[in-house]
Amino acid sequence: MGQIKIINPGFLTTVQDLGRYGYQQYGVSVSGVMDQLSAKLANILVGNNEGEGLLEVTMMGPQIEFKSSILIAITGANMQPVINGNTINMNKSIIVNPGDKLSFKGLKNGCRSYIAFAGGIDVPIVMGSKSTFLRGKLGGFEGRALKAGDTLNIGQPSTSLYLLEGKETNENFYDMNNKTVELRVVLGPQDDAFTQKGLETFLSNEYHVTPNCDRMGYTLDGEKIEHKDKADIISDGISMGAIQVPSKGNPIIMMADRQTTGGYTKIGNVITSDLSKVAQAKPGDKIIFKKSSLQEAHALIKEIENKFEQIKFELSKQVKIEVLRTKKFNVRVNGNIYDVKVDEIK
Amino acid sequence: MYEKTKYLLAGDKALDIEFGNSISEEINSKIRSMTVAIETQNVLGVIEAVPTYRSLMIHYDPLKTDFNKLKDTLKTLEENLDNIDLPEPEVIEIPTLYGGDYGPDIENVAKHNNMSVDEVIKIHTSEEYLIYMLGFTPGFPYLGGMDTKIATPRLQSPRTKIPGGSVGIAGEQTGIYPIDSPGGWQLIGRTPLDLFDPKREIPILLKAGNYIAFKSINETEYIEIKNAMNNGTYEYKKYPRKNWGDDNGTN
Repeated sequence: MGQIKIINPGFLTTVQDLGRYGYQQYGVSVSGVMDQLSAKLANILVGNNEGEGLLEVTMMGPQIEFKSSILIAITGANMQPVINGNTINMNKSIIVNPGDKLSFKGLKNGCRSYIAFAGGIDVPIVMGSKSTFLRGKLGGFEGRALKAGDTLNIGQPSTSLYLLEGKETNENFYDMNNKTVELRVVLGPQDDAFTQKGLETFLSNEYHVTPNCDRMGYTLDGEKIEHKDKADIISDGISMGAIQVPSKGNPIIMMADRQTTGGYTKIGNVITSDLSKVAQAKPGDKIIFKKSSLQEAHALIKEIENKFEQIKFELSKQVKIEVLRTKKFNVRVNGNIYDVKVDEIK
Repeated sequence: MYEKTKYLLAGDKALDIEFGNSISEEINSKIRSMTVAIETQNVLGVIEAVPTYRSLMIHYDPLKTDFNKLKDTLKTLEENLDNIDLPEPEVIEIPTLYGGDYGPDIENVAKHNNMSVDEVIKIHTSEEYLIYMLGFTPGFPYLGGMDTKIATPRLQSPRTKIPGGSVGIAGEQTGIYPIDSPGGWQLIGRTPLDLFDPKREIPILLKAGNYIAFKSINETEYIEIKNAMNNGTYEYKKYPRKNWGDDNGTN
């Protein structure tokens, strides 16, 4: 089993997976990674199940010392990762050795990076998930963000690191250099609480991300969205990407650590395939909302699923094998003779 | 309650079944039946159902089900709710140490309502409170049924940290903070029970649709229960609700 030591945790580094489901009826937030596309990609690159626990790094990268040989991959925001001072590629699986140190030169684009380790991060599974729920002090590594001096165990990789090393993809789900982000929205469940003018304001103006943005939600500023009457409702459920509009008229996009229920009107929901764009936006970035349909949203979810299958297929062909010797056999099966070649690999 | 239940879009992975636009036991009872129906039917593609005051949010996987198919299945379930056998609601007893350091605002509540502290305790412990929903933080119950005789406005400035287990009053509501959190409620007491323990098989003690009853205890009992909690030997007191059936879902 491998080990890593946190020398410096950066701004906010937590253990996350795809979230904790089944407990929202008890008031337990889902949590999980903010940018699911980047997180899944990182896990796939190191040969993990795409929902395995990894590190989510926000704004400023950590410094990590490796205590054993481990295969890692970094995706998402480009914070310019270096190992022992040498630049390494994003979106590529790399073997690190005992004593190696990973650090980051600084944020170039996006907001959140993901560091996956072959074998995953070995933390207890709490209520079905490895995700850290910060407000609930639950899950992940002792229910909290990582601190200097923490030592984390890394699980057993699915196969030899050498077979997994060097896998790389150029797949970009979206351009993180964009300072203006277009988010497609399915209206509801309380779009009828807004005036026609309010709906038009929402869909035709530019909003910007305020510093009040974190794993719980993104508060935006811009043209005030007009309600017909009241901005408050009797509390109901909140799904990922829900856009609440309180009486001030500014939209708030609810994210991974959102509370399970809330009492503000929701004008719409950012569609699932655009949620990663929110996760990678940071204060000052501009946001434009565009109306979408449920059919379009569901078609895009399927399209992304197919893209992941395509990436997995392409990565499976990138196996770098060092053949030590080859043996040839004749094998007889049901009267047919087959030529069989067996490669012995390193 | 609406004449016709609304099925509302809540993004591409959730829908809201909205039964009405008020807080009432009738609506809540319908939500409870619907939750039980969905849990027992194991509807394809449903990830989880979240009951609230007046609606049920269904989180679903669009790769496993189609929105219209799901809506049709749920509507059929809704039409057959009368055939659902609801388990008898349970009352969970919440031993509470009132006043002193454990409930520093109980004198505010007494003064505001022109009564003695003992009267506040008597009124607060004489009701069974319906758990309409859980939300805000893990295990935080939204309760109905407090006697308005002890209603008291929130604190003018909220406390930054309220210890877990604190029992409070805010306006015409009463409730319990399961974990340490900020808040502006008038604190009248504290329970030694752990309403939320992630290490427990069922981490959350309370469930929407059940009831709670506060029972006044003294400091010795508080310490005894706390120790039993810590040793894992405490047994929660639960009992079926008295007179259940007489007023089930009709008032």
